Formats: sequence, structure tokens, C-alpha cells
Amino acid sequence: MTTYNSMELMICLAARYLEDGATVVVGTGAPCAAAMLAQKLHAPGLVVMFEAGGMGPLLPTMPISVGDSRTFWRGISASSMTEIMELCQRGMVDYTFLGGAQIDQYGNINSTQIGPRDLPPRVRFPGSGGANDLASLCWRTMMITPQDQRRFVPRLDFMTSPGYLHGPGAREAAGLPPGTGPYKVITQLAVFGFDEATKRMRVESLHPGVDLAQVQDNAGFTLLVAPQLPVSMPPSAEELALLRREVDPYRYVIGRN
Amino acid sequence: MPRGELLVTPEPDAMREWFRQKPKQLVPKVTTVKTAVASWVHDGEYLAVGGFGTNRIPTALLHEIVRQGRRGLGLSGHTATHDFQILAAGPCIDRVDVAYVLGLEARGLSPSARRLCEGGLLRLTEWTNAALAWRYRAAAMGVPFLPARVMLGTDTWEHSAAKEIQCPFTGMRLAALPALSPDVGLIHVHEADVYGNCRIEGISVADADLARAARRVIISAERLIPHEEIRREPTRTIIPYFCVDAVVEVPGGCYPGNMPYEYFSDEEHLQEWLEAERTPETLRAFLEKYIFGVEDFAGYLDRCGGRSRLQQLRRVELMLVQESEGMRR
Repeated sequence: MTTYNSMELMICLAARYLEDGATVVVGTGAPCAAAMLAQKLHAPGLVVMFEAGGMGPLLPTMPISVGDSRTFWRGISASSMTEIMELCQRGMVDYTFLGGAQIDQYGNINSTQIGPRDLPPRVRFPGSGGANDLASLCWRTMMITPQDQRRFVPRLDFMTSPGYLHGPGAREAAGLPPGTGPYKVITQLAVFGFDEATKRMRVESLHPGVDLAQVQDNAGFTLLVAPQLPVSMPPSAEELALLRREVDPYRYVIGRN
Repeated sequence: MPRGELLVTPEPDAMREWFRQKPKQLVPKVTTVKTAVASWVHDGEYLAVGGFGTNRIPTALLHEIVRQGRRGLGLSGHTATHDFQILAAGPCIDRVDVAYVLGLEARGLSPSARRLCEGGLLRLTEWTNAALAWRYRAAAMGVPFLPARVMLGTDTWEHSAAKEIQCPFTGMRLAALPALSPDVGLIHVHEADVYGNCRIEGISVADADLARAARRVIISAERLIPHEEIRREPTRTIIPYFCVDAVVEVPGGCYPGNMPYEYFSDEEHLQEWLEAERTPETLRAFLEKYIFGVEDFAGYLDRCGGRSRLQQLRRVELMLVQESEGMRR
């Protein structure tokens, strides 16, 4: 039997959602690993972009910064921030990946601060960066994130980036482009989608060895559950081999264990 | 309704007057880092820094601002990572338009920058990276604002100083992003001539617009090149000379950042910074060693391993050696 850790599982699951010929804006770390893995498997024509301007690189190694020179190594174009963001705004970017300190049931994300919002923050994080832009403009937003009660919260301390805001129709009413929003959330326990009618987070598959109660116990809000609840397909030997040998040979992202 | 503080008010007509009087003659502008900062960066002004956090940043200029003890500066925090960390260490800044500050991406959060923010010592207005880039663009275009479809519906919006408008053609609800004209733009480039014509290799981030938006622009360049070189390949000029007020030549001037095709970031030294920031005392000692205790940026580079360290980082950048080997001192 093949053994793998939960980061490897999350990266492999994310990679499978990225189809050949799609466009994706990624950051560093797990999302970048997922995009690189997809390119080496089923999606050689996946166009990877970075918000600082890197477009279509043949990534030699994992970038350290979303603006470092690896992000346009042998790329299509070494462009600019506005070039990438305008591609997103005019509808040419299919996917993006975001992270954050907190996420709620509508897929809204906090990466700004913990504590009351009109006082000096108890804990200050970097802020939106490009996250709000990408969450507003890309067609489908995905997250790869650890899941626990501290991260999956009923109410964000600060809504940095938009998910479905407060429910169906809210994004469009606020002026965000129609047909956009959170798509999948991938954690160490499960894969989540969003219910069409309510726009609330919904468990769609459970990772091997995980039960539903465990997933619910690690969320601070009530999860919806898909009618069919399969087991997430574990990484194949081929996926793991490529991930370990070619995508992340120094194990920066997938770790040592 | 957004209730953040508008740190810089759009004034397109005043900026037209400013740009009208800005000299258009080809005059040499080469000076030293010390003189450029002394002449063109004043207490209380609003700065914007080119590049992207640890990539192609004007480190030498930022150190000099700290060394000369500038206070009360405003800052555009357009992915301001190591640049923010340096100015926060001063502390030179008291107000910030935030898109991304105080983190160094995957390397972690700057403890000293956190102390400033969490101690309520900075006035913060929230934006996004695209919003700040488009705010430069609006100023570069000479218009008071640009419409965009970001920030809407979130707390980022509520804590920004944008305004909502309705599109006169479609009726769509849009964010109006006010033009941002910094007092000073600080940009590190690969090559410049003595007049300030500049070439950038690799991604330009928001720097073409920033150079056109700012009242004054200080360029630090890896190398000066003959004016004839510019004339020979005008396609490569990203910033034309009449935007520029001062040019300084600083080889290695982005260290410990990544300068595309020149040298990779010095991850060890960036870690040393983060560790030194644990307490105000250790930070003080660190700044004493690397900024206040040296005459200029060349002195800092020497203390960090000088030419041989840059050579090592060049090998990593060009992938002549494996990253894990090349990084080791």
C-alpha cells in the first residue's frame, strides 16, 4: 500500500481539478505544487500565472515569492501586476487558490486581522495582497487549508476576500462579476463544495479513514452534506512519484514525514 | 460605506501643473544615495516603493532613509514585505495604505512590523494589490479615479477609502479607486543612463505606472549604461528620463532581495532579520551593525559577505548550482 501524508493528499486532490488548457493564478506553496503536478500529469497546457506578472513559466523549482524570477522562468511573458489582474477582470482566468486565517460557511476569507475590527488588531496579518482581487474576479476560487474550529468559524473577525458574502445573490448585488465564487475547499479531512441553492459549504468527499462526525467536529458552523459521500481518491503511485521527485524534491511544501 | 482614511487626495489639475514644470531637458541626474535621499525625501512625505516585496526593491535607498532618520512618512503598502520591514524598523512610517504588509510571504511575519501595527502606532487604510496598482495607473493617466470590480461587499471595502459609483452606460455597481500620486517613487532597475532612462528585466510589477504617477522618482540601478545604448534599443525603455529626478548606481542594490537574472534572494540573511526583530533591543543591535554602523550600502554588503556572497547568489539565480547548495555560505 502506498503511504502519503495529508499535504500530499491535498495537493494531489487539488491538481485533479485543474484541467488541460485552463488558466490559474497561484501563490507559492501547496497551490503552486498542485499546478505543477497537474502540468506533469493530465494538464500540460495548464497556464500558470502569478499576480506580480509571471505568466506561463516552465517552473524549474518551487518559487519562494510570487514575484521571484522563477515565476517567469522560460515563461510566455514577464508582465505586470495590472496585466494579470486585468486578465482576471475581463474573465480570462478560470481558477485561483487562496489561503487565510479564517474561513466561514460561505467561503469568505480573513487574512487581515484577529480581534475587534475598529481597534488596533490583536493579531495583524498581512492583509489582502492580491487575494481579494483574485476572489472577486477569477471564475472559481479554491482553498487548500488545514481545518479546525479556530479556522472554520461561524463569523469572521474581518472579511478580507469575498466568498458568497451572506448567501445567494449577494456577490452580484455587491457588484462582483456574476458566475464567480468559491468552488472547492480541500482540507486534511475532506473536500468541500458549495450548495447551489444556499451557497453554503457542503462536504463532498471524506478522506480515507475519516468519518463525517470528525469533519463536523472540526468546523465551527453546521456543514451541509452531499447526497452521495464518496471516499476521496488517494494519491496514485504516479502522482506521488512526480510530486516527490519533480515538483518538490526538497520537500519545502510536502514536509519530511 | 467605506470609512477608511484617504491618505493621498487625487488632484489631477495640480499634478498637471507639477508635471508641466518638471524639467524635460536631457540633464545628467547621477548622484549618490546619500544626496538623493537628503534632497528628495523629506519628513512627512508619502512614499511608494517599486518591485515586489523582496524582488527588485531599492534596498540601498531604503537603508539610507533609515540611516538619515526620516520620520512621519506615509507608505503605499503594495506587497511591501522586506521594504516595509526596513521602514518599520526605523520606524520611519506612521501611515500606510495596506494591500500586503508586515509578512514576508512564506518566510513568516515581521515581529517589529507587528509591534507597530498591533500597538496602534500606524494609521492603516485597507486596499488590495490590484487596487493600489490601478490607483497608480489612474494617476499615470491623469484622471481622478478608475472604476474596478474588486473589494466590493467585504470588510476590505469598508476599511478602504474607495467610493461606490454606478456605471453611466451599464448601470453596474463599481468601485471608484482614487488616483494615487506619491510624493516620491523609489525604484530599482537593471540599467539606466545618466538622464534616467531605465530598463527593467523580467516582471515590471506596477513600476511603469508608479514612475508616471509619482511627483518625484529616484532610480537606483545595478549599472549605468551609455545613453547611446538607450537610443540603439528604444523598445526596452520602460521609464523615460523626464519622469526621473535622481539616478544612483548601486550594484547589488536590491540585496538581500532577488534581482532577476542577476542574483537570487539571500534567504539566510532574511531569516537573520526576522530573528533579530524578536525584541526591540535585538533589533536595535542588528540595525546598529548593518545600517547605522556602516557608512553606506557597500559597507552593508561587505558585512553580509560582499562580492563573493553576491557571486554565490548569482549562481543560484542562474541555476548554475542547485538551490540547496548555492544558498549555503
